[in-house]
Amino acid sequence: MIELDRAGRSFKVKRSLKLEGNLVHAVRDLSFTVAPGEFVGYLGPNGAGKSTTIKMLCGILTPTSGRVRVAGLDPSRKRTTLARRIGVVFGQRTTLWWDLPLRDSFELIRHLYKVDRNVFKTRLDELTETLDLGGFIRTPVRQLSLGQRMRGDLAAALLHAPDVLVLDEPTIGLDVVSKSSIRAFLRRLNTEQGTTVLLTTHDLGDIERLCRRVMLIDHGRLAFDGTLDELMATAPEQSTIEDVVTRLYTGSR
Amino acid sequence: MVSAYFRLAWTWTRAAMAYPASFALMSVLGLIVAGTDVAVILIIFANTTSLAGFSRAETLFLYGTANVAFCLCDMFVSNIDRISQHVKAGTFDTMLIRPVSTWIQMAADRFLPTRIGRVLQAALVLGYSISALDLDSGRLWMIPVMITTGAVIFAALWTLAGAVQFVLTDASEVTNAFTYGSGQLTQYPFAIYGRELVRGVTYGLPLAFVNWQPALYVLDRDDPFGTPGFMRFLGPVAALVLALLAGFAWRLGIRHYRSTGS
Repeated sequence: MIELDRAGRSFKVKRSLKLEGNLVHAVRDLSFTVAPGEFVGYLGPNGAGKSTTIKMLCGILTPTSGRVRVAGLDPSRKRTTLARRIGVVFGQRTTLWWDLPLRDSFELIRHLYKVDRNVFKTRLDELTETLDLGGFIRTPVRQLSLGQRMRGDLAAALLHAPDVLVLDEPTIGLDVVSKSSIRAFLRRLNTEQGTTVLLTTHDLGDIERLCRRVMLIDHGRLAFDGTLDELMATAPEQSTIEDVVTRLYTGSR
Repeated sequence: MVSAYFRLAWTWTRAAMAYPASFALMSVLGLIVAGTDVAVILIIFANTTSLAGFSRAETLFLYGTANVAFCLCDMFVSNIDRISQHVKAGTFDTMLIRPVSTWIQMAADRFLPTRIGRVLQAALVLGYSISALDLDSGRLWMIPVMITTGAVIFAALWTLAGAVQFVLTDASEVTNAFTYGSGQLTQYPFAIYGRELVRGVTYGLPLAFVNWQPALYVLDRDDPFGTPGFMRFLGPVAALVLALLAGFAWRLGIRHYRSTGS
């Protein structure tokens, strides 16, 4: 479903007025494959290249080297075709229209993605129920709490029934209750509908409760790729997941 | 594509209605500002009967044709200008994940229905000038052609201005000089400008094809700068070339988009 082959993205950073800037590699030589139906946690310290990877997957950033394929498509060249098959949620930034009630944002998305009216209605009813949107679906997005907004964003990303869902820190800043409801929702989505999910997070609770497979990126390269059990086995027994990840983050420096 | 545009425009219209006082104020102010442009022309002709050989009605005809094209673009395309804000804030990411062309989304971004006032004002001036002039009816077909041509040229200019902002984030001050500047420049008969400038906006930035060259045909006049007669009909070609160039620049801009951290 997702395929990266030695993908890289570098940025020219100008430190001064010199014409030649320094080349910073946000991601370099990154290769991995995610099969349909997998639920993968994508970990890494701040600035490791997580968001850059995600942005290459949905066609926001064009890779400067290597090959990226999502659902068989080159994201930067077939961006609009891919958009119908991928759902994206940014925890730090809403994709909804600020001044519009959720319901109107959804209606607009239905038109942009050309979702059939009846299919849309069934899906929205389903999402309204599972994400408990009923209480605030007529409220403008700017007046929603973070937890409500995140549920709205999730629904918006799923209205067109994408094969792949990419989540960039979806639980950031949420309280325990909101977190657990979003986790339950994501697990059901993955097991019941078979949606492939790639999730980046700093909340290791997300990883423990949701991900069968974990990838860890640092300095733009893959530092670990395996099951959660295999990840835990890299550290002495009785370590918590926090210990394990801390070891990996600091050990690779 | 077109339906997506109008769906987005309608959405922004409704969002603008969320602040009714500001909406009303914008409509009124837009009309007043547009009115001052015509006032300037009328004041000039209160003191003289001809501007570089062009009568009041002819000048208003040039103003009207250029301004209908310009105001249509100002309403439907100029929102592209806001791209630097989206690039800086990283909100352009959101547009890239939608299955609709970014150009359409940007052009419809924060669509302001109140700008229709300016289009109407320009159309009114054009209508008046046509009725005041004794035009050869066999040449009237050129008027819709020149307005379309002009609209394409202005749209291409705005697209180029937007594309530049992918690379130079704060360029909107400079690019405004080209977009709004071009709108202002084409409001007067080109005969009042220097030969070098007119040469530049004929063969370089093809503003002469917005209204000047085709209007010479409609008004049945010779070019005071002496360009050959076939130039009157080159507008659509110039518009097409500029539009292709702008489309290419836009694509290049998107590929250079760097997003923001996190």
